[in-house]
Amino acid sequence: MAATLRRFHGLRLLKSAPALNLQQAKNLSSAGSWASGNKKLIGAVGAITGGVGALLFALEQSVQASGSEVHAPAQSWNHKGLFDALDHQSVRRGYEVYKQVCSACHSMQYIAYRNLVGVSHTEAEAKAEAEQITVKDGPDDTGNYYTRPGKLSDYFPSPYPNEEAARAANNGAYPPDLSYIVSARKGGEDYIFSLLTGYHDAPAGVVLREGQYFNPYFPGGAISMAQVLYNEVIEYEDGTPPTQSQLAKDVATFLKWTSEPEHDDRKQLLIKVIGILGFLTVISYYIKRHKWSSLKSRKIVFVPKEK
Amino acid sequence: MKVIYNTLFKRTSTYAVAIIASAFFFERAIDVTSNTIFDTVNKGKLWKDIKAKYE
Repeated sequence: MAATLRRFHGLRLLKSAPALNLQQAKNLSSAGSWASGNKKLIGAVGAITGGVGALLFALEQSVQASGSEVHAPAQSWNHKGLFDALDHQSVRRGYEVYKQVCSACHSMQYIAYRNLVGVSHTEAEAKAEAEQITVKDGPDDTGNYYTRPGKLSDYFPSPYPNEEAARAANNGAYPPDLSYIVSARKGGEDYIFSLLTGYHDAPAGVVLREGQYFNPYFPGGAISMAQVLYNEVIEYEDGTPPTQSQLAKDVATFLKWTSEPEHDDRKQLLIKVIGILGFLTVISYYIKRHKWSSLKSRKIVFVPKEK
Repeated sequence: MKVIYNTLFKRTSTYAVAIIASAFFFERAIDVTSNTIFDTVNKGKLWKDIKAKYE
């Protein structure tokens, strides 16, 4: 131990120094022995890191008044809190909305039916959902491709075979894949909710081409997706009144889950992390007091030499 | 304190056993407590709360 200490710190820590100097924490730092070039390099790295952090913070705080779109107001989602899980009943309703409304144009190619198990559906229900689709599979023993009903391991079907087909069917606009859309859009689920409920007649002076609709939350204002959510456009199996805002809220919650499937685990883990780190903080504080107690309670007594 | 030191911490063998045993109980305590907190805060929202309706 002493040899290792000496290798890293020289003799500084091992030599007995006058008690006054020992009380100064700078003598416990090894930075004094660094070469001047090293100090400059480390100083520069620190300054650059701090500067980049401050720049990012300033950019994030900026007003963002350059575009003409309206910024989505923050809604009081009940999964917004630090420890708040997603409302799984809402996720289940949101899946109904996606399946019956959104999936007509939007794919969700990274979500499989097995992902629904234990989140919004039981295994039997998820199997039943999967069996409603047909999947092209193969080749079989004779080398032919065939279609079969879907299995739990199948991903959600895409409405169009490829992006070109999707553009051709939608006036050249590509309906984005919705798997990670909440993470992919500024404003997240607030944006999704505002977009779905924010359709208006175009104000005077705004020119829309054919197949375009006015939505103040969409960058540019002209969106190629028509309003799809109206009151009672579908019926919920659990009897919740399917108002427009309820539909938008449920599908935004569902999309939040598909974008962040680890959402609940993450927040559960945060509680554990707070517990363990809190415990370690208490221990560190105790050990610090313990180790410094002899240094801090030391008294220097001057005893004159007797002649 | 002295009893704890003499019976557990003095010998490396008993010290190691004490560390492993206390790690087990610490982990269980943290895990069970934080899961209980999470389930209490989110009562009614989790899948296990609504799954009975669909089985």
